[in-house]
This record gives sequence, C-alpha cells and structure tokens, in this order.
Amino acid sequence: MNAPTYNFAYLDEQTKRMIRRAILKAVAIPGYQVPFASREMPMPYGWGTGGVQVTAAILGPDDVLKVIDQGADDTTNAVSIRKFFQRVAGVETTTSTPEATIIQTRHRIPELPLHEGQILVYQVPIPEPLRFLESRETETRKMHALEEYGLMHVKLYEDIARNGHIATTYAYPVKVEGRYVMDPSPTPKFDNPKMHMSAALQLFGAGREKRIYALPPHTEVISLDFEDHPFEVQRFDKPCALCGAENVYLDEVVLDDRGGRMFVCSDTDHCETRRQSLPLEGRVGGEAAGVGSSKTSATSIFDAVVHAEGTPPGRTSSGHPPLKGEGSR
Amino acid sequence: MYVAVKGGEAAIDNAHRLLADRRRGDRSVPALTLDQIAEQLALGVDRVMSEGSLYDRRLAALAIKQARGDLIEAIFLVRAYRTTLPRFGCSEPVDTSAMMVERRISACYKDLPGGQLLGPTFDYTHRLLDEELDGDAEVEPGHQRADAHEPVSRIADILGGEGLIEEDLEQSPLEEPGDINQTPMEFPLSRAMRLQSLSRGDEGFLLALGYSTQRGYARSHPFAGEIRIGEVEVEVFSPELGFAVPVGRVQLTECQMVNQFKGSAKAAPQFTRGYGLVFGQSERKAMAMALCDRALRAEELGEDIVAPPQDQEFVISHCDNVQATGFVEHLKLPHYVDFQAELGLVRAMRAEHAERQAESLPDMKEAAE
Amino acid sequence: MQAEAHMLEGGFAEPVLEAQATFRAVMDAMARPARAVKTGSRAAPPAPLTPLAGAIACTLMDADTPVWLDPRLSGSEAVRVWLGFHTGVRFAAAPTDAAFALIGDASDMPPFDRFAQGTQEYPDRSATLILQLDSLEGGAPLTFRGSGIKGEATIAPHGLPADFAAQWGENTRRFPRGVDLVLTAGDRLIGLPRSARLVAREG
Repeated sequence: MNAPTYNFAYLDEQTKRMIRRAILKAVAIPGYQVPFASREMPMPYGWGTGGVQVTAAILGPDDVLKVIDQGADDTTNAVSIRKFFQRVAGVETTTSTPEATIIQTRHRIPELPLHEGQILVYQVPIPEPLRFLESRETETRKMHALEEYGLMHVKLYEDIARNGHIATTYAYPVKVEGRYVMDPSPTPKFDNPKMHMSAALQLFGAGREKRIYALPPHTEVISLDFEDHPFEVQRFDKPCALCGAENVYLDEVVLDDRGGRMFVCSDTDHCETRRQSLPLEGRVGGEAAGVGSSKTSATSIFDAVVHAEGTPPGRTSSGHPPLKGEGSR
Repeated sequence: MYVAVKGGEAAIDNAHRLLADRRRGDRSVPALTLDQIAEQLALGVDRVMSEGSLYDRRLAALAIKQARGDLIEAIFLVRAYRTTLPRFGCSEPVDTSAMMVERRISACYKDLPGGQLLGPTFDYTHRLLDEELDGDAEVEPGHQRADAHEPVSRIADILGGEGLIEEDLEQSPLEEPGDINQTPMEFPLSRAMRLQSLSRGDEGFLLALGYSTQRGYARSHPFAGEIRIGEVEVEVFSPELGFAVPVGRVQLTECQMVNQFKGSAKAAPQFTRGYGLVFGQSERKAMAMALCDRALRAEELGEDIVAPPQDQEFVISHCDNVQATGFVEHLKLPHYVDFQAELGLVRAMRAEHAERQAESLPDMKEAAE
Repeated sequence: MQAEAHMLEGGFAEPVLEAQATFRAVMDAMARPARAVKTGSRAAPPAPLTPLAGAIACTLMDADTPVWLDPRLSGSEAVRVWLGFHTGVRFAAAPTDAAFALIGDASDMPPFDRFAQGTQEYPDRSATLILQLDSLEGGAPLTFRGSGIKGEATIAPHGLPADFAAQWGENTRRFPRGVDLVLTAGDRLIGLPRSARLVAREG
C-alpha cells in the first residue's frame, strides 16, 4: 500500500521539492517570476497545469480545496481539476469560500474577502506583463532587472490617446510593493483591488511558461494608472438578478436571440450563500429560480426568467448597456 | 450553450462515455490490438515515441489506440505518463558510428565505404494506391544483406579526416549537457539543450521551418551528408561494477547535414553541420531538425540573425506540440468573465462615440448653411 | 558499525506527509515574516543538527541544492553522513556556492553578503540560510515591516550575529538580491525573507 502515499498529489517528491523551493523564493521576492522546471501534467498545458502543480506541491491531507473557473465551482474545467485532486490526494473539497484552505482559481477572485491562513492559487497563461510589448524573454528579464517599466505606461497612455480609456479590461498590470510590475493573471480588473493587502497568501503558477510568483498577505498591490486617468474598476448598474448583490462581478446571460439579457453573479458560491440567507419573498425568481437547491444550474437561471419575469431583466428600454464601463466623466 | 458550460460533473462523465464508444466504433469490426498498431503503424508509433520522449513501443501503441489515432494526443498521453517515472540515472552517450544500420544514404558521394543502403524507404515507391493492401495478401520477407551486423563509418568522420568539416565535439566530454526536463529554460540555450528540445519538437513545425531555410529564410546551403537508421546499444555506467553495462537497444534516425561556411579571419573555410537525432524511423523529422539546428547556430557562427528559424526564443519556445496544442485549445475553455469585461468597454466606447456624433451633427448643419 | 546504522535512521517516518507539513510551516513563516510558527515537524538527526533543522533539510534539500555547513555542523562527521544519506545533498565548499546553508552557531557565522545573493535578472538564485538558535526570545527586540506583515512585527531572537541590524540593512538595500533567513529554535521557526525591512528604533 505504498503507492497511494507515494502518489499523494500526483507529483513525485523530487518535483515537489523543486516547486516548493521556487514558491519560497517567490514569496521572498513578491511579484518576481521565479523560473521552475514545470512538468507535464495529465491535463493540457494552458488548462491550469501551473496552478495544479502549485496546488499539488502545497496540498496536505488536512486541506479543504475549492476550485473555481470564471468564479464558478461547477464549470467543466473546475469540476475536472477538483476531481483530479480528489482522486490523487483524497483531499476534502468544498464550494464554500470561507471553508476552503486552498482555492485554485482561473480568471476570478472570490467576492468574499479571504481570511488569514487561506491560500489562493491562480492559474496563469502568460505570466509576463511585458510580453505583449516585448516578445523576448531575454529583454523582458532585463527590463524587470532595471525596473524599466516606461514602456508599459506608454502603452496604457496610447490607449487613452486613441480610445479615451485604458483599453485593458483584464490581466491589468499591477505594481507590487513599489518594485515589480506583475500580471495578475486574466482576472477582470474588477478584481485587482482585492489583491491589495489581502489577508490570504496568493500564489501564481504558469505551467507552460514555467514561472511561479507570489503575493504574501498584506502586500501592497497597486494597479498602474495616471493622475489624470486614475484606475477604475468596472461597475454594473444593476444588481445580480438572482441574489440582488451589488458591487459584484456579473455574468451576462443571453436569454434569446432578440436582445434578451440577464446579469447574474459570476461568483456562484457568493450568489448561493446570499440567496439562502434571503427571505423567500426576497428571492428573485422564487422557487423557480432553483433557490433552495444546492446547485446553480443553467436551467434554474433560465427558469428564473421565463417563469418569474415578464421581461428579461437585463434589457433596458433605452437600449443602453447595463454596464457603465470605466472612465466616463 | 450556457448549459454546456455549467454542465459539470455529469456532463464530463457522459462525454467520456461517448468518447469511449466512438473510440471503439462499430463493434462488429474486431478491436485493434497493440501488436497490430506497433507492427503495422510503426512509423506512427515511432513519432509518438520520439515526440513523447519515451522509448516504449507498447505504450506508444496504447496511446495511439487510446487517442483514436490522434498522434499529438498520443504524444501528450505518453509525456504525462513519462513525467511520473522515477529517474534512475543517465545513459552513456550512444555511439551512432557503431549503429547496426538498416538504411544509410549520403547525397554527398556517389559511393562510400559501407555503400548506399536504401533500406525500408518510401523514396522510390510510386505513390499509387495499392488496393491489394485491403486484405491480408502474403508479403515476401525482405532481403537481408550479408554484412548487416558490420558497423558503417559515418560520412562526417570521412570528411573530418581531411579537416573539411568542423569537429563533432564543441563541448568537452566533462561538461554536463544539461537536461531540459530538470532545468527551467534560460535563453540563450546551449546547443545541447536546443537539440533536446528539437528532438522532441513537433515534426510539422520543424518541417515548415526547415523548409523555409531552403527557400531563403536563413539559407544555409545544406547537403544531406548522411542519413542513417538503425539500432544502437544503450549503456549505463555502473558504479558498483566500475564500467558501463548495456541495458538495451534503441532504434534511431540520425541526420548529418553538411552546410557551407565561408570561414573567418581566424578559421579556414570548412563545412559546418546541422544535426538531427530522433527515436525510431523518422527521417523527415531528423532532416528537418538538422536544418533547424544549423539555422539556430547563426550566432555561434557569426551569421546575421534575419529569419525566424535562426531565432532560438522563437523556435524553441514554440516547437513543443504538447505545449502548443494545450494553449491553442485552451481558447475553448470558458472565457466569459474576460469577455464580459471587454464587452462592457466596447459598449461604453460605442455609446461615447454615438454621443460625440450626435453633438457634432448640429455643428455640421450650421457649417453647411 | 552501530554508529553507521544509526546514521541511516532518523529521517521522516512518513516522508511524503511530513515533508508537506514541514514545507507548509516554512512557507507560512516566509509568507508572514517575523512571526513564530509552531510546527510538529521533526526529524531525528545526530547533534548538533537539531530535529527541526533536520526536518527542513529533509523537506527542501536534495542533489540539486548544494548545502554549506558552518564549522559547528561540518565538524560533525555524523551530521554530514546523515544529511548525505537522507537528502542526497552535495556540500558546498564555500558559502557563495550554496543554495542552502545550515548554521549551527549564528553568533559566529559569515556575513550575509558572503552567501549567494542572486543576480538582478535572477534574484531567486540566492541562498536560504537556516539558523539554529537557542531561543526565539530573550534577544534584542527587532521590529520589521514589509510584505506579509500587517503593520509591524517585533521579534527578539537570541543568538543572532552581533551586527545583525547593520547586516540586515545591507541585505534590504540589495533588494531584489539578498539572502532569506529561517530562524529555528525548538519546535518553532521564524521566516525573515529579504522583503522584511528592519524598522529603526529610537534609542
């Protein structure tokens, strides 16, 4: 019965040691990308192999793991990665944000502020924030070494000159503790402020690109901006159609081919927790919305509209977009 | 559509079940055996071994069957298995001059010691579909030459004797060649590290790059100095015994390209080399690899870097098909959170644009009047 | 012979799970600098290597990480044999060649700048120094700020080099280059990554 222990969390011990050493250096130099000898994993590169390797290297039998993709626990890739760790580490899993000790995520940060002792593991496709300005690793490494980030500001400013806005809406670059410019992974910039002074340890794994970086708790993470164009996050002018939450990130759900839209929480756990705490009459869509069931399913969202709402809630009479966007003065 | 994304666990299970069903296909047709794949689709097996970076015909055959014949998927299966294997040690460098060759040709000389051995090649087959293969007609056994077990000297050694071609060893034998599995990639890479990457690189990608060098992108005037296919012995040094012991034999394809080089102020003119070495019988891959290797030596040989095949960051970062297919295909994962962010911005910008248009309209009317 | 057999003992009984637990303690300490983390992790190495330092060695070190031992530890043949057997490490001749250093007597250790500092391009190629101290209390108070610390954190480890404050100030000035420290005593450890900045105290 040696095999299950040996294969705990899939990776062999030598690989784990190598990843663990990289993580420690990443933690010691916040925002700096530590190269590591990333391994092939049993899921494709680009599908979270970096996050999976980081999680596998830190995960222990007492951990409670949550996996989200697009903020949701039940998206196919999240389900697949969660199943992987259930199989190879026998670890307890949850969809509850506060109960998790490790949360692996792709593209979102949970709405509920994370607490001390939690670890958020990001799946990162392109860890280099300067990559689209300079495709050569040899050059970008030099730029980080010399703290030469002028090019990034020029790029953002060109956006403003051309569009009147900084046209970067996700993977919006941040500066860590006044030193390293860092890619927050393709989270919407809506989530950037959550990284700043978070109580949780944030670890970033890029498998294909072979980089690990980190933000210790209580670390200064500032989104790049300009005095005349301060950083602003996306705002939605409607609350979530299911739980009524405001100031959360919403998914736009297309209801029909005639412009019908509704906006619901991207963070499914946040939405469900809120709906369960609301009085029945306060719940949008009532029973038909699937309230009371433990799962948000697509049908329940559609039912909420078809049965309970006469007109799709996302559709406005003026035809104006429900999303204000940023920078409108 | 939305249901598909939110399908969750049951959807995944159902998809896997359907995949298994489609993999098996019509149940009235007998299932393929691994022996059949390894014996009769041997070149596919070779490619999976070579790019999967694991010399095991049975596992490669299994991977091909499991992947429904999708070779890149099969390569991925083999790699993901390979990475879990413990490392017992490193072999001694294999000696390809001691290869038991089954095929060996040189385009540089009409004849040479050991002769031109065509071996099992498609080269001079007329590409006419053979309906007889739709069945199991008797196939004659191949002829075996009498001296099949004599090693055949390498063309590079023949040229090297005259000093016409650069030396084989650029590295001292004491220098560790490095290991792309164990070390994070840092550019510029040594030639040894580049060759490791190229050897498991995607055949199609290297083929296209190699082809481009022939068409003038980093032209290097290649001659196929030698292509040889055959088996070599793999030996592992045993500290207990104090000498290297053979652990098995592997089939390899080796290609030595002979390329032009004008010489420099210091060095007399001599030919340079591009080198290709891959598992199994994979001649196209070995040749393409040799062209790419030579192009990637531009800096070392003082040539201007003017074309993609000479750019190591470009070539090495993109030659791995497991990485490439993963990242290209990851675009089918849900990206709706980021798309929502873009959608919001485009809507806001369009609204502002419309506003500006509306404001400027009266002005234009006035101007016209 | 008996002594040799003894050398082969004292590693982790459950290598996979104990290495994981020890790593989490070290990571936790590094992520929250200047705060003691208690851990049940222990190996049973020969003295003067301590059970906690031995556990950290078994967790992080292997053939890929040259290790430097200070004279106190390298003087013990038993320690060297034990480390070699349980981790497979190679020993670095000079501090500058080491990825890790195990320090048995921190009050007399080489200055921090004698260890690998990393480069401006690759600051991660720097040494992690594991210090065995008598106690994490009772020394001069040291207050830190920086990443991982909410506000300020004060510790008073006993047995650091006499000029620690000055040396650490230099280490901070070299950022992003520099060394990282793990202070150990008994069953507790404190992480001092290079990002932790010493706050000057009046008086």
